[in-house]
Amino acid sequence: MELYKLTAHELHNMLVNKEASSEEITKSVLKRIENVENKVESYITLTPELALESAKIVDRKIANGDVISALEGIPMGIKDNICTNGLKTTCASKMLSNFVPPYDAFVTKKVKAINAPILGKLNMDEFAMGSSTENSYFKKTKNPFDLAKVPGGSSGGSAASVSADIAVYSLGSDTGGSIRQPASFCGVVGMKPTYGTVSRYGLVAFASSLDQIGPLTKDVTDCALVLNAITGHDSMDSTSVNLTPPDYSKALINDVKGLKIGVPYEYLGDGINEEVKNSVLKSIEVYEKLGATVEYFNMSVSKYALPVYYLISSAEASSNLARYDGIKYGYRTEDFDDLIDLYKKTRSEGFGSEVKRRIMLGTYALSSGYYDAYYKKAQQVRTIIRNDFDTAFEKYDVILTPTAPTTAFNIGEKTTDPLQMYLEDICTVSINIAGIPAMSIPCGFDKNGLPIGMQLIGKAFDESTLIKTAYTFEQNTDFHKVRPQL
Amino acid sequence: MNYETVIGLEVHAELSTASKIYCGCANEFGGEVNTHCCPICTGMPGVLPVLNKTVVDYAIKAGLATNCEITRLGKQDRKNYFYPDLPKAYQTSQFDLPICKNGYLDIEVGGEKKRIGITRIHIEEDAGKLLHEASHGVTLVDYNRCGVPLIEIVSEPDMRSAEEAKTFLETLKSILEYTAVSDCKMQEGSLRCDVNVSIRPVGQKEYGIRSEMKNVNSFSAAFRAIEYEVKRQIIELEAGNEIIQETRRWDDIKGVSSPLRSKDNAHDYRYFPEPDLVSIVIDDNWINEIKKTLPELPIARRERYINDFGLSEYDAGQITSSKALADFLEKCVNLGATAKAVSNWILSDISRMLNDKGLEQSEIPFTAEQLAKLISLIENGTISNTAGKKVIEELFENPRDPEEIVKEKGLIQISDEGALQKIVIDVINANPQSVVDYKAGKDKAIGFLVGQTMRATKGQGNPGLLNKLIKEELDKI
Repeated sequence: MELYKLTAHELHNMLVNKEASSEEITKSVLKRIENVENKVESYITLTPELALESAKIVDRKIANGDVISALEGIPMGIKDNICTNGLKTTCASKMLSNFVPPYDAFVTKKVKAINAPILGKLNMDEFAMGSSTENSYFKKTKNPFDLAKVPGGSSGGSAASVSADIAVYSLGSDTGGSIRQPASFCGVVGMKPTYGTVSRYGLVAFASSLDQIGPLTKDVTDCALVLNAITGHDSMDSTSVNLTPPDYSKALINDVKGLKIGVPYEYLGDGINEEVKNSVLKSIEVYEKLGATVEYFNMSVSKYALPVYYLISSAEASSNLARYDGIKYGYRTEDFDDLIDLYKKTRSEGFGSEVKRRIMLGTYALSSGYYDAYYKKAQQVRTIIRNDFDTAFEKYDVILTPTAPTTAFNIGEKTTDPLQMYLEDICTVSINIAGIPAMSIPCGFDKNGLPIGMQLIGKAFDESTLIKTAYTFEQNTDFHKVRPQL
Repeated sequence: MNYETVIGLEVHAELSTASKIYCGCANEFGGEVNTHCCPICTGMPGVLPVLNKTVVDYAIKAGLATNCEITRLGKQDRKNYFYPDLPKAYQTSQFDLPICKNGYLDIEVGGEKKRIGITRIHIEEDAGKLLHEASHGVTLVDYNRCGVPLIEIVSEPDMRSAEEAKTFLETLKSILEYTAVSDCKMQEGSLRCDVNVSIRPVGQKEYGIRSEMKNVNSFSAAFRAIEYEVKRQIIELEAGNEIIQETRRWDDIKGVSSPLRSKDNAHDYRYFPEPDLVSIVIDDNWINEIKKTLPELPIARRERYINDFGLSEYDAGQITSSKALADFLEKCVNLGATAKAVSNWILSDISRMLNDKGLEQSEIPFTAEQLAKLISLIENGTISNTAGKKVIEELFENPRDPEEIVKEKGLIQISDEGALQKIVIDVINANPQSVVDYKAGKDKAIGFLVGQTMRATKGQGNPGLLNKLIKEELDKI
C-alpha cells in the first residue's frame, strides 16, 4: 500500500492497529519526496533524519503499549516563516537565508510535543507577501495538478506538499488568504482560525494584527485534528485568547439541516471566473438538498476590504520588517561606507521587489501628513467591515463564497502586474480584517482539471460550525478524493 | 530688551522593576555585555512582547505621587527609527494614551512656592548601548539595557529660570526615590533629561521658538545648559537673527551646545498602535491598590522633621530631598542621636565626601550605628569635633567601630585639667608677646594661644577647657 497517499486519521488507525509503523509511514513519504519533490519544489529545507528520529520515538511508544495522540508519528511540514529551533527559518528571503532561530514557535513546540516527524520547511512567498509563491528567493513551487501553474500563495509550499502527498499535513500562515487561496488552487483543505486562537509566538511577523497560523490537510477530519493540536492559550502572545478550545473533532458531524447559510452577492460578481462561480452555485445546491437554508444578501462595504487590507498589512509590515538591517543576524551587504550605507545596501540587496514595494507603501501610509488619510482611515473602515460581518452573523451561521476569483494561473502570468496579483485576495482579505475564521474546501474543477475551492466563513471562535459544514459537504461529494497525477 | 525664559523638561527614569518591560530578563545595571538579554528583548524574528504589569504599577504610582489623572484606557505605540542599539528598529512607547496626565509638582525657589504642571507620564522601553572600539575601528552593541522599563515625565513649559528647572528636577527625583519607582542613579543613567528652552520679550504671551537639548546628564549640567542656551538665544535675537527650532547637543565639558538636527531634518517616527500588545485597562481597584502603597512623600517628611526634630526649614528640606539621606538620619535618631547633630554631619562632611568620591547619596559606606556612635563620642567629650572629622574620613576609607578608630589614631580628647594646665603654662611662657597683647586688650591673643596649646596636644586637648585655663593663667599674670 502507498502509505503516503493516506490522510492523518487513516494513518493513525493503522498505527494503533499496528498495520504500519511511523517509520514506515515516514519512509514512504520520504520516498515520495525523492520521487516528486524535484517536480513540485515545495521544500526549502528537508530534514529526513529529524523526521525519522521522531518516528522511531513513536514506534517505541506503540511497542511499549503507550497511548498515542491523534497526530503522533504522522509526518508533516512547516511553512518556513515558523521558527524551528536549530533549523533554518528563512521566510523564503535572501535576508534570512542563513537564519537559524535559537527558539521554537509555539506551534513548533506543539507538534514536537506530539512527536510529529518534521519533514522540512516549506516554500512560500518572501515574508508571506504574494499569492503565487513566485516571490520566493529560493525556488518556484509548482501546482501538483499542473506543473506549469502556480500553487497559489503565500503558503504555496504548504498546500502543494499536501496535494502532492509529500506531507500528510502542513502548517501555513494566513494574513490575507495565504492558507485558503493555495488550498483552493491545490485541491486541499485549509483553515485560517479566528485571530488569537493559535499563538503567533515564533511566526515571523508580516502583519501582526492579521497573521494567523492554520492547518493545510487532505480532508476536513485532519483539519479538525490539526486544530486540536495547535490551539490553546499562550502566555507569550498577548493577543492569544485565554479560552479553553473545544475538541474540534466533535464537530465532525454529517448534518446541516436547519443551518442558515448566507451568500453575499458581492463575492459572486465582477472579477469572479465563471467556472468558479458555477462550482460555488452548485455547492450551494448541495447544501440546500442536505437541508440547509441559503439566502443571498449584500455586504456593501466589502469592496473596500482590499485597499484596507493593503494599507494595514503594509503599514504593519513596514515596521515589522525594519529589524532586518544587517546588524544582528541574517544577510549583511559585503561592502559599505558607513551605517546608512550598510542599511541601504543590506535592505536593497536582501529583500525582493514585492517586499520592498510593501515596505514603501506601508512607510508612506504611516508618514506624517498621510497617516490620517490612509492608515487611520483604513482602521476606521476596518471597524465598519467587522460590524458588517457581525450584522450578517445575526442572521446566518455560515457565510459561503468562492475562495479565490480564479483557479491556478500560469507561472509568470501575473508577476509583472502587482494589482492583478493583489486581486487574487479579493475574497479572503476581509476575513483577516474582521479577525474571524474561514476555511477553503475543494468544491469542483475547471475544464482543465484544476481545483476550485469554496470558502466557508464563521463567527469568531466558531470553528466548530465551519468544520461541521465542511465535513457534511465532504461526506456528500467526492472532490477531495481527486488527487493530482505526478 | 528684557527677555523671559521658558523651560519645559522631559525626564526619563529607569524603573527599578525586577524584570524588563516585555520579557523575563533581569533588569540589572551592568553585567557582562549581552548577558541580560533574550530573543525577545533583542527583537529576533517572530518573538512577541508581553507587558510586565509591574511597569504599569510603577507608572501609576509615579502619577499618583505627582498629582496626575490616571487613564482608564492606555495603549502602546511603535516609534519607528533605525539605529543599531534599537534591535526591532522601533521603540515601544505610548503616543496618545499615556498612563498619566495633567499632574503637577510644587517646588520652592528662594522661599517662594511655585506649581509646575506635568503634562504626562508614559511607559516605554530603553534601547541598548553602542560601544565604540576605537582601537579596532569597530562599533559593538550591548543589548543588556534593551527593554529596561522607563517612564518619561513631560513637564509643562512652566519654569522661568535655570534655578527653577534644577529645583523641579531635584523635587521630581526625590519623589521617584521615595516611591521606589526608580533608583535615580544619575551616574548609571537611570535618570536622564532633555531640556526645552525658549525666550520671549517680557510681557509677550506667545512662546518663542524653542530648542531641545539632549545629553544633559546631571542637574547641574541642566542648570548650565539652560543658562548657556538663554544667553545664546538672546545674542541671536539681539543680532536680528531668528531662533530656529532644532535639537541641540549639550557638551558639559566645553560648556557649549551644538546643533544636532533641525526641524526640517526631524525624524518622522511614524507612530502607530503596537498590534502585538493589547490595551491597558485600569480600573478604580487597581488605582486604589497602588494608592495604598504610596509612602510618606518628601513634603510631608520635611514638615515632620521641622516639627518633631526641630530642624530648620532649610536643613529639613535638604535632608528630605534625598530619601537615602532622610532614611539614614532617621536610623541615627532612632539609635539615640540628636537629629540636629546628624543633620549637620550629613549636610557638611558626609555630603562633601560623597561628592568628592563620586558616590550616590544612597552609597554612604558606613552604617547609621557608626555615625550615631561617633556623635555620642563627641557629645560625651571623649573626642573633639575636629577629631570627629578625622573619624568620618576614616569611616569613608575603612568603615568600622568609631571607638576603635579613636583608640587606634589616638584621638581621645585630653580633659584632664592638671595635665592641660602644665601645657598651658609652658605655652604662655614661650609666647611673652601674646601676654603683652592680651594685657593691651587684644582678645585675639587668646585664640593664638589656644591654637598653640592644641598643637602641643596634637589636637587632643579639650578646646573649651583650654580656653578657660588660658584665660585663668593670663589673668593671674
